Amino acid sequence: MNTLQKLEVLADAAKYDASCASSGGAKKDSSGGKGVGSTGGTGICHSYAPDGRCISLLKVLLTNVCLYDCHYCINRRSSNVRRALFSPEEVVELTLSFYKRNYVEGLFLSSGIVRSADYTMELVIRVAKLLREEHHFRGYIHLKTIPEASPELIEEAGRYADRLSINVELPRQESLAKLAPEKNVLRTRDAMQTINSRISETIQVKKEMRKARSRAKRPSFATGQSTQMIVGADGSHDSDFLKRSEDLYGNFNLKRVYYSAFSPIPEPSVILPLKSPPLVREHRLYQADWLLRFYKFKVDELTTVEEPDLDLDIDPKLSWALRNRHFFPLDVNGASLEMLYRIPGLGVRNAQRIVRLRRHHRLGMEDLIKLRVNLKKTMPFMICKDHHPTKMELSSEDIRLRFAPPPKQMELDFSVLAPQESVSEVKEKKEVEKRLTEVAGKEARHGEF
Amino acid sequence: MRTVMIEPSFRSWREMARELLEDMVEPGQVIWGSGELYEDEDGSSGNGGTGMFDFGGDDNAKKSGGKKRSGSGSGSRSRSGLLKVPRQFVRLAETVCSHRSGKQWAMLYEILWKMTYGHDRAILQNQTDVTVRGLERMRREVSRDIHKMRAFVRFRKVEVPEDEEGGREQFVSWFEPDHRIVRLNASFFKKRFGGMNFSILTPDECMHWNGVGVSFTEGVSKDVAPEEDELETLWKGYYRSIFNPARVKIKMMQSEMPKKYWKNLPEAEIIEELIRDSSGRVNGMMEEENRELKPRPNNKYLDYLDELNG
Repeated sequence: MNTLQKLEVLADAAKYDASCASSGGAKKDSSGGKGVGSTGGTGICHSYAPDGRCISLLKVLLTNVCLYDCHYCINRRSSNVRRALFSPEEVVELTLSFYKRNYVEGLFLSSGIVRSADYTMELVIRVAKLLREEHHFRGYIHLKTIPEASPELIEEAGRYADRLSINVELPRQESLAKLAPEKNVLRTRDAMQTINSRISETIQVKKEMRKARSRAKRPSFATGQSTQMIVGADGSHDSDFLKRSEDLYGNFNLKRVYYSAFSPIPEPSVILPLKSPPLVREHRLYQADWLLRFYKFKVDELTTVEEPDLDLDIDPKLSWALRNRHFFPLDVNGASLEMLYRIPGLGVRNAQRIVRLRRHHRLGMEDLIKLRVNLKKTMPFMICKDHHPTKMELSSEDIRLRFAPPPKQMELDFSVLAPQESVSEVKEKKEVEKRLTEVAGKEARHGEF
Repeated sequence: MRTVMIEPSFRSWREMARELLEDMVEPGQVIWGSGELYEDEDGSSGNGGTGMFDFGGDDNAKKSGGKKRSGSGSGSRSRSGLLKVPRQFVRLAETVCSHRSGKQWAMLYEILWKMTYGHDRAILQNQTDVTVRGLERMRREVSRDIHKMRAFVRFRKVEVPEDEEGGREQFVSWFEPDHRIVRLNASFFKKRFGGMNFSILTPDECMHWNGVGVSFTEGVSKDVAPEEDELETLWKGYYRSIFNPARVKIKMMQSEMPKKYWKNLPEAEIIEELIRDSSGRVNGMMEEENRELKPRPNNKYLDYLDELNG
């Protein structure tokens, strides 16, 4: 196999990992003239694939040969997929070549498990070590870590990497036992704990060195860890996913939990039938995740015992508001910041701006328009100087209908799918070429709720 | 009415603005025009870094590379109290001066006037002021352009004889920014690609790094830039493989990577092909027969995991 063929196999094998973050590494650069690379600024998405995902890192497996038999994974040992193996030197060469041409800003290296966890981990570490020590590479490095690897190796990986990650894959142990028999939630949590304590120790040491104005070399360790769960492969409810996320954010300070809709793979397993990827569900989970991290919501508010799954038609914040009409309307001129966070259509940034601005004058519709608040969504839930919705002027059902996509139209009119297209994937593709020319470069990626 | 001509750069605007302020020319009495940017030896973007507009004179006269400046420093010194402006304004001005429209010169002068003679030092905080909002919008446009340049520059390797350039690798890129942002990005590229020599060619001006210093030359046309790099085959192969045909989201891709950039991105050549083939690939997978389970191989490590799992 030549390099191109290997790359095709090993990038194809890596694409189901959604993580693309390349920001938040410790500040370093190559202006000294040795090697290439810089990190520490905002992440840069160097390209986008037609699946809408950004490409910021060279994301490959060292090998897709694997001892494990995870049924959602194309690389499981019982699949007949074509296998390939990179040598550490080949990955180093590729990373540098791509980096120097500004195709990517780093490497995201993962691997199938060969021989044992420790053996595999050592190979992965060797790549990072060569890059950092032989080639003075200052770009971003994200290493996938194996929970069963020895803590010393996990620690060594952390010294070369900007980010470490271990995928929990599925939120509940019983699903893992069925679909990924070699994996185990408790072991994953233990390894996350090891990583988390090393990250916080390093932060502490650096802080003290800064305080003491020490000029000694700062210890280097990854600045964050993340994980991924596959959505739609097992019978877990959204509440199971969100509770697992709450657990991981709360106990191990994860930077991100990624949710990846289970999408068709070649070589499907007999115990996991293929279906279209649940992209809307994935999107709602990301929204709910956002609410947990930045809006101070709790999982029990977003999902309930009666409804353990998020509403697919409307966003989780609106959904919460409709279940809790008695909280509203809230006065933007008086409500606390935490309460403002609860108003549908009002994002964190605008809530903070409102708190600042209302010190100077009572805010009215004109101010909210200038702040580009989503008024359509906000109005039934808030009071301002010149707007006061009569209590329950609109029934929750009316409001819901306003924002839920009309079920019939959806298949005919593609414009209602914006901003997240996904539902009828196959029909959509027929429109592809037409739309390729129609679509304007609209900037609205992370809309506020 | 006074018509003034400047080069389209922060430094040139600042010099002119100082002069006009000293002569107490009201914003409504000036028509601004800008010609082309020309070569500059030291390559700095011209901010003294004091954080103040600092109309004191001496220090800045030196920094302006010996260019002639009417009105001596001494006259303005007495007014320096009046002419100090917030650091925030200097930063804003440095950025929006790169805007292609040319509308920023008068707008910046208007704000400068209000901050000094108008005694409205906090005007930048006033998000309801039409000019402030207009400048803010321009700042966002330039910032986005800066970010996109960092993302979408693609270098191509050029061969140089061993003895030249001290054995350092040499790369060249062609890029067409919306605004005049090459200088604003110089430090980023220098820090990122310290260990290699490179040139970024644009129609406005070109930036060069040789491991020792950054230099700038006049803009060039695209045909000067190299047309290929053999690595692009690998890059396109990677782009093809990392794409998941089961989740096509073209709108998402295009909002972040608008079509106007595609002509200089080697991977963009295969986008249409990938989209066209995607549904066939997915249908193919959906129709595949499920693979039977295979017995677990004899393996010591798997035995060990079994033990762990109890």
